[in-house]
Amino acid sequence: MANGTTAVPGQTAQIDFYNVKGKYKGILSWLLTIDHKRIGLMYLVGVVFFFLTAMILGVFMRLEMLSPGETLMKPQTYNSLFTLHGVIMVFLFIIPSVPAVFGNFFLPIQIGAQDVQFPKLNLMSWYLYVIGAALAIISLFSGGGIMDTGWTFYVPYSLRTTTNVSLSVFAAFVLGFSTILTGINFIATIHRLKCPGMTFFKMPLFCWALYATSWIQVLATPVIGITLILIILERFFGIGVFDPTLGGDPLLYQHMFWIYSHPAVYIMILPAMGVVSEIIPTFAKKPIFGYTPIAMSSLGIALVGYLVWGHHMFSSGISDTSRVIFSLLTFLVALPSGIKVFNWVATLYKGSIEMTAPMLFTMLFIFIFSIGGLTGLVLGALNTDLHLTDTYFVVAHFHYVMFGGMGIIFFASLHYWFPKMFGKMYNEKVAKVTAYWIAIGFNTLYFPMFIMGYNGMPRRYYDYLPEFQTYQVISTIGSWILVSGILTMFFNLFMGLKNGKKAPDNPWGGTTLEWTISSPPPMENFETIPTVTRGPYDHTYIHGKEEKLMQ
Amino acid sequence: MSTDNNNHSAEGEDEGHIAVAHHPSYGTNILVWIGLLSLTSITVAVAGINLGSLALTVALIIATVKSFFVMNFFMHVKFDNKVLKIFIGVCLLIFIIVLILTFFDLTFRY
Amino acid sequence: MSKPTDTASASEEIHVVHIHRDDFGSKMGMWLFLFTEILLFGGLFILYAGYRFIHPDGFAAAAAELDVLMGAINTVVLLTSSLTVVLAIVALQKNNKKLCFFFLWVTIACGLLFLLNKYFEYSAKFHHGIYPKGPALQDMSEGEVLYFGLYFVMTGLHGLHIIVGLAFIGVVMWQIKKDLITSTNFQKLENSGLYWHLVDIIWIFLFPLLYLIH
Repeated sequence: MANGTTAVPGQTAQIDFYNVKGKYKGILSWLLTIDHKRIGLMYLVGVVFFFLTAMILGVFMRLEMLSPGETLMKPQTYNSLFTLHGVIMVFLFIIPSVPAVFGNFFLPIQIGAQDVQFPKLNLMSWYLYVIGAALAIISLFSGGGIMDTGWTFYVPYSLRTTTNVSLSVFAAFVLGFSTILTGINFIATIHRLKCPGMTFFKMPLFCWALYATSWIQVLATPVIGITLILIILERFFGIGVFDPTLGGDPLLYQHMFWIYSHPAVYIMILPAMGVVSEIIPTFAKKPIFGYTPIAMSSLGIALVGYLVWGHHMFSSGISDTSRVIFSLLTFLVALPSGIKVFNWVATLYKGSIEMTAPMLFTMLFIFIFSIGGLTGLVLGALNTDLHLTDTYFVVAHFHYVMFGGMGIIFFASLHYWFPKMFGKMYNEKVAKVTAYWIAIGFNTLYFPMFIMGYNGMPRRYYDYLPEFQTYQVISTIGSWILVSGILTMFFNLFMGLKNGKKAPDNPWGGTTLEWTISSPPPMENFETIPTVTRGPYDHTYIHGKEEKLMQ
Repeated sequence: MSTDNNNHSAEGEDEGHIAVAHHPSYGTNILVWIGLLSLTSITVAVAGINLGSLALTVALIIATVKSFFVMNFFMHVKFDNKVLKIFIGVCLLIFIIVLILTFFDLTFRY
Repeated sequence: MSKPTDTASASEEIHVVHIHRDDFGSKMGMWLFLFTEILLFGGLFILYAGYRFIHPDGFAAAAAELDVLMGAINTVVLLTSSLTVVLAIVALQKNNKKLCFFFLWVTIACGLLFLLNKYFEYSAKFHHGIYPKGPALQDMSEGEVLYFGLYFVMTGLHGLHIIVGLAFIGVVMWQIKKDLITSTNFQKLENSGLYWHLVDIIWIFLFPLLYLIH
């Protein structure tokens, strides 16, 4: 851990937040902390642990798919594996990751505040995350066995299966609460704690992204909350609302589920896009192109994201009228995302590009996410969707946007903010190699899935026709490349933590407020609350000296 | 902390740290309560009249008016910072949109 | 706020966390939480709307089993409790702690009366075999079964929120007694009022939708 007390050029002399003495010592100084930075790091431990866990489940899934029929495990086990893989990835990794880790750590700093609006509530969010995770783990070993419904818990099967649906669904409910409280905290923080001079339109775009995300968290999560409660009540008391034998409509369940779960994917991607809007100006050494459109598009995506959930139900049996309307709205939501991609690329034009590891991850993201987004349009069109729905095409699409999109930016964020969070540098060369390695593994794993899906390979199927085997094998080999790349990446970061060079305050030449304080930051972030007069990406140089004017 | 001229106070961002008791009066609140009780009686009375399909609309309108009074007076939204009113609007908008879109399915399927 | 001034003494100085008072921020936080409650019940209202649209006659028939008078009394009771919680705030702002406590006790009494009424209503239903998977429901149409499923979930969830609201007010009363909430520092009391009013508003919609279908 960085010492932070020696004054070195480029490094502020202050006690960093790891070494400050508070009311508690040792592990309690973490478990009872209300410091947003420590809470962010505690989330980091959690999300990385669950990411690796679900990743290993994925490895086993791919091993099973090496050959048709039984390869390693029985069909029931396979069903449980993909259910668990989905539940863990969605609820314990993707949704919390960027907001809970990097949002918690950097939102207050980027707006010039000393903490979030409700620090104790922030700690409670973390505990709810831990409790939800614990309940999910307990559900694996109790009741009737591991859930096998798929992460979507569709009725009527989720009402009938004897596996442990109730406890897992309750775990998801608790996790939802954690998300809601974080959302409330961030909205209040952004409204109330911006430093003098920091208007909404001088905020970094990462903060805009977190703002839009928080609104989705607050308004969408309760809908799945009540839906999950209803599943439990239905299983125990036979309420009837979702049970066809009692008059319930399974499609109404699907509506309620996707009314949350579609906006949820925007909870996943918006913060990641916010990070991209931070990384690109820093390494192109020029202001972001189209600050206001990008900020507004974050809000636009959040709003329109509420209107498209029916595209998950095109073949479920909903009315033709609603299918046409949802398809049209789905096309609309691509527009604000497109605005972002164009603006990012335009920022690169005439920039002085420094291809560091975070920048490389980000460039790979733009390529991979674009493929994911475009294939989303293929799925959003009614006629093509009817052929591709519930096939591997969908699986490839969402892995491209969720993993290739949000996941890769999670890695990019780790590399970008690593020096600031830990006060050390990692090995840049190795990091860049792992970036390419991961990209190659990723595409090898998932691209064949587009082809398989197009040719009719259904998703969540344990068995398949021999004609698909070549692609399945390529895909599995891709998973080995990907996983080895990811593990090497984490190992490189870990070595940086242990042996890395001490990091200066501003290793990248960034212009947002986190780069004006020490690496790692002091306990209260700022000795005095800053006053801001310029925009967040103002890379102007003082005449004669190459000294950047910080925001 | 609130001396910077650039900081737009349109949302009153710098204000409100210490809540000010604004115009407390027992009377206004009691008047609102009487209004709410009257609207409740109207709701029950109207339910007895056979209005057919209009009955639901009337009941919902009256309920909305009652909620409007509870929100604006009892919950003080009328006197609160504009930002809260915008928030409430956003919340209700999302709920209504979701309800309408769900009905695009139901009305054409049943 | 305390900050380390020079490095030598900084390592011995215990860091004190300073939390600033921000009443509007606190109110904003409570409102954001109320939005989650609105959407939570909102999901149930959407299901209600859908099933009522599909089974208008079943819903009407089932609703006839409910006692309109009980429902109306409960509505009046909650509206009154909303009034008294506001009057309690006004009283505290005018530095009349005693009157404030009186109004808060009336609020709690109203809440308990509401719960008592619901207990009578539920008991009557159970006695007649009207509950999910109950004997009376076996002979009912789909619409009626769905109606009662929703009836119990919606009023049950609402009742749970009444209990939470009462607990919240109870805690606030204790804090007023301990002078943690005063005539110049009353945001927590207002927040408990906000929660209570929302529970009232939900019932304002539940009453006509559940009791007054014809």
